[in-house]
Amino acid sequence: MPPRPLPSRFSSLPGWLAVPGLLWMSVFFLVPLGLVFAISFASRGTYGGIVWEFTPSNYLDLLHPLYGKILGQSMWYATVTTALCFVLGFPLAYVIARSPVRWQPLLLLLVMLPFWTNFLVRTYAWMILLRHDGLINRFLMALGVVDAPLELLYTPAAVVIGLVYGYLPFMVLPLYVAVERLDPLLVEAAWDLYASRWAVLTHVILPLTKPGIVGGCILVFIPSIGSFITPDLLGGARSMMIGNLIQHEYLVVRDWPLGSAVSFVLMAVVMTAVVLYYRSASRTDGPLEGR
Amino acid sequence: MTTPSTPPLSIPDGSRSAKLPVIEIRGIVRRHGPVTAVDQVSFEVRRGEFFSILGPSGAGKTSVLRMLAGFEDPDQGDVLIDGRSMLGVPPNRRPLNLVFQSYALFPHLTVFENVAFGLKMRRVAPPLIAEQVREALTMVKLLGKESRLPAQLSGGEQQRVALARALVNKPAVVLLDEPLAALDQQLRQEMQVELKSIQEQAGLTCVCVTHHQEEAMMMSDRIAVMHQGRMWQIGAPREVYERPCNLFVSRFLGVSNELPGRLEGLVGEHRRFQPSDDEQPPLLVHPVSDEEAGRSATLSLRPEQLRMTHERPARPDPLLRGRIEKTLFSGSNTKYLIRVGHDRLWEVRHRSGTHLPPFALGEPVFLSWSASDGRLFFE
Repeated sequence: MPPRPLPSRFSSLPGWLAVPGLLWMSVFFLVPLGLVFAISFASRGTYGGIVWEFTPSNYLDLLHPLYGKILGQSMWYATVTTALCFVLGFPLAYVIARSPVRWQPLLLLLVMLPFWTNFLVRTYAWMILLRHDGLINRFLMALGVVDAPLELLYTPAAVVIGLVYGYLPFMVLPLYVAVERLDPLLVEAAWDLYASRWAVLTHVILPLTKPGIVGGCILVFIPSIGSFITPDLLGGARSMMIGNLIQHEYLVVRDWPLGSAVSFVLMAVVMTAVVLYYRSASRTDGPLEGR
Repeated sequence: MTTPSTPPLSIPDGSRSAKLPVIEIRGIVRRHGPVTAVDQVSFEVRRGEFFSILGPSGAGKTSVLRMLAGFEDPDQGDVLIDGRSMLGVPPNRRPLNLVFQSYALFPHLTVFENVAFGLKMRRVAPPLIAEQVREALTMVKLLGKESRLPAQLSGGEQQRVALARALVNKPAVVLLDEPLAALDQQLRQEMQVELKSIQEQAGLTCVCVTHHQEEAMMMSDRIAVMHQGRMWQIGAPREVYERPCNLFVSRFLGVSNELPGRLEGLVGEHRRFQPSDDEQPPLLVHPVSDEEAGRSATLSLRPEQLRMTHERPARPDPLLRGRIEKTLFSGSNTKYLIRVGHDRLWEVRHRSGTHLPPFALGEPVFLSWSASDGRLFFE
């Protein structure tokens, strides 16, 4: 039973204090979004400009199987990344949340440590590790595990490695919060009531940490599906994701209308996926938690 | 919905001999770092018995309970249930269920699902689960609340769910960890009666950990008093209260009015006891043995053994003079604190409605008792 927050004097903050934040969001988020939406129905001029004539042709162009393939590939990468982050992140979050309280801030700091360096730099570091004569290959050969260097860089696996590396902290932090709130006595109670360790996990721990699981999965899935640095640097030409396509249309081909249309398709896909996932995840909740 | 007369939940295997103890604890020791939380504790619990482990917080009683439940194993000694050693057996394979102090109800499950949890884990057929859950909920008077969530229940109702969740499994023993501590006083007293009658009705074997001596005495068939990791005395409530084995047990089970002194020679069939405070006259006590003359001892008396009078009583009973220092009226009783000698306060209680003349603050009084009532504790 999570304790309800007591009404405090802070709950009566005047509503107008929300206005600056709302203004910021509407001016710098909603307006550009509207612009992108408008551009997605325009067409490309000969020299890369925008011709303001209403046409759905950009969206019709996207029906081409090539775009569908890129979108499907992106969803696949994002799904695998989310699943791997969960499998790796849950035990990590659990151990941190159950470690002595005075160690927890340090352990959480270590999880967030990669953020102290630029993401681009860290992705380049992965290139050094993964390439033909990189550290990993040299290490494996020195150990005699392999005779010839493995093809690691510019593979789908390299993309997944890079994505999992980049977004694992986004999974761990919400999971940590959820596990930290889980009463350890509930685990003992289930164990006492004949539940095996697996049953304790599936019947008590996972259902009760679901808000954290939902949050972590959304936080990993959304940036993963739209990522473009990682597939660009680690995946090579075959591993194009939808983020690379958008970047390509905007900056290389200078077809802003098509790029905008792709952006909106991506947004629609992400929102649909999140809503569907959220619904299925909260279906088994009890009447009090029905959202 | 009609409420059927419930058949009592029976102990599953009737063939087991009723004489054998359900639980046998043999010399268990449990250390937490440098602290010995449980030190050479041994006891037995018989079938159908309500057995309480009573002690102040930090006495090690919760450790004993956790070793019974299987969350911890003893560093030394053995835990036997139905004659089988439980060392290394995890909680989910032990035939006991624990009622947690905080109830530990699953907040995401309904009352029904909470109570059904243990049966479901043991893969009992669903129709059977429904039947047994209903039986258990009838017993704790919660029929009709099956679909509530724990957060929608009152504290007393949550307590009942926790109880039903344990007893629906028909365990060999129900372990109770301060079962009523989270309830307010009035509810607590109601639940004491109810818990006891459920236990008797269902023939449950219970091991209860508590620091509440009155509760332990009211509900238990036997009490074990624990302090500093050791079990000092095990016995029926009356026995432990009336014949405590040492001063700690005496003080923990009730008010102990004490007077230190020295034992001297025999006077008829009694022995002379000289209080350390020389202003007090010598008293007569019941002799314990021949070798006690010359030894220091503390005399202890329960409040109900004392008679308090304005006038010096005619009978030649042991007698002390005192002065009323405080009167505390609590409805059915008035508690008097009486200064005896320089540094001792004794307690006497008078029931309201008796026509004893009232005593005023500062009034000198006589306290007398029967020489055979005082208990002596040697250092």
